Amino acid sequence: MKKILTKVLALTVIASMAFAFAGCSKKKLVEKGKLIMATNAYFPPYEYYDGTTIVGIDAEIAQAIADDLGLELEIVDVEFDSIIAGVQAGKYDIGMAGMTVTDERKQSVNFTASYATGIQSVIVTEDSPITSVEDLIDGDYVVGVQQGTTGDIYMTDEVGDDRIDRYSKGNDAVLALTQGKVDAVVIDNQPAIAYVAANEGLKILDTPYAIEDYAICVRLDNDELLSDIDASLAKLQADGTIDAIISKYIPADS
Amino acid sequence: MNYLLLATLAMPQWLQKLKSDFILNFVDDDRYMYIVKGLIVTAEVTFFATLLGIVLGALVAIIRSTHDKLAPTMRMGAPKVALKIVNAISQVYLTVIRGTPVVVQLMIAYFIIFVTSNNKVLIAVLAFGFNSGAYVAEIIRSGIMSIDNGQFEAGRSLGFNYAQTMIYIIIPQAFKNVLPALANEFIVLLKETSISGYVGLQDLARGGDVIRSRTYSAFMPLLAVAAIYLIIVMFFSKLVTMLERRLRNSER
Repeated sequence: MKKILTKVLALTVIASMAFAFAGCSKKKLVEKGKLIMATNAYFPPYEYYDGTTIVGIDAEIAQAIADDLGLELEIVDVEFDSIIAGVQAGKYDIGMAGMTVTDERKQSVNFTASYATGIQSVIVTEDSPITSVEDLIDGDYVVGVQQGTTGDIYMTDEVGDDRIDRYSKGNDAVLALTQGKVDAVVIDNQPAIAYVAANEGLKILDTPYAIEDYAICVRLDNDELLSDIDASLAKLQADGTIDAIISKYIPADS
Repeated sequence: MNYLLLATLAMPQWLQKLKSDFILNFVDDDRYMYIVKGLIVTAEVTFFATLLGIVLGALVAIIRSTHDKLAPTMRMGAPKVALKIVNAISQVYLTVIRGTPVVVQLMIAYFIIFVTSNNKVLIAVLAFGFNSGAYVAEIIRSGIMSIDNGQFEAGRSLGFNYAQTMIYIIIPQAFKNVLPALANEFIVLLKETSISGYVGLQDLARGGDVIRSRTYSAFMPLLAVAAIYLIIVMFFSKLVTMLERRLRNSER
């Protein structure tokens, strides 16, 4: 509790300072009164299509933030590796797609405080000889990934470019796994659970591959929006809204 | 005076940024290899798909134009029925291939038709080759149909049979007529292969995409990829222009 309080306090100070520095200039938004969020809606349960609308943890948290800031939320579905470029180019206000904070990404965008934790999991077929991450790395297996995700970046470092098959969407990688085109898929744990539930004959290895923090990315020079969102996130974390949203999509026992 | 000073100060910084951008996108982690490997894949797919497209297209064009020229005058019998059937198959092929986007065809080839194969280059060659074949067929057919019927009749009255007339008189003239259109189709095909990334095949465009997903800068990788496509297209356009000039030598 104390930690949260100090966080809130610190954020308020930063926010007020940012406000003071910005003087009379308005908050920088792509469109007035709107918070435009870029995501890649093939990442259940963080973002996915329910009918024609994009729902999920990220969508709901973004909605809560937009409500808190008095903005109208608009969600745009783009390729995952176009999100940061789009935010950088000022096409979208924020990028929110179960995005892990990495040092390289920090060169291009700013990240808010983390709102969730993700785990990189390995999906294999039930009869697969791969039983651990070491097997996967040491053997001569081909790994399917979603292009530009941390799963892609980490695995490329581990096994080299020749053993990586990059798909535009996570579910295409899983489809390739069910058809035997790749030997394993490395992807975030929550979508992995959803994919395994939807496809017969797949399983997730017990040993997670990496643990990481998810955060919202904002354009580098848009400090004001960043601090606003951080303040809003702190508020939503303190009153339990975020926990409620996450537990709605991820039952505690999974 | 002030501006001059500003310019001399600003230039190096601007260049510095460009230089560091270049190093980040192409030199660090040997990222240029994504472009090099991608270029090889693009070249492979385009080359073999073009070959397949021309073979397939020529075959379909010959079937279609033979049907259009000969069927009305043929007597009822086995040859006519056979010609009608292959013509109908060709028609279906042309309709389906030209009526659906090549991205969808590629995904169907990868995820539905060749389920068990993971030879992406081969699948892409087949998908693009079959696609291109349909367009090449219509190009060649239009070339054959554009040759005056008098040429055909002259061939026959010299004692050539149908096949000989085609090979020695019609096709050489038709080829010259369709060359610009064929070259155009090749250029289109080359650029169309940039959608190979949809099935995880790392071609030139996808190579640039991978760099972009690592460095989060759009400028360098995209412009580099665009420049490479442009250079290849310009090179082949030049080649075709030269070939056209050579072929014109036979004209009086």
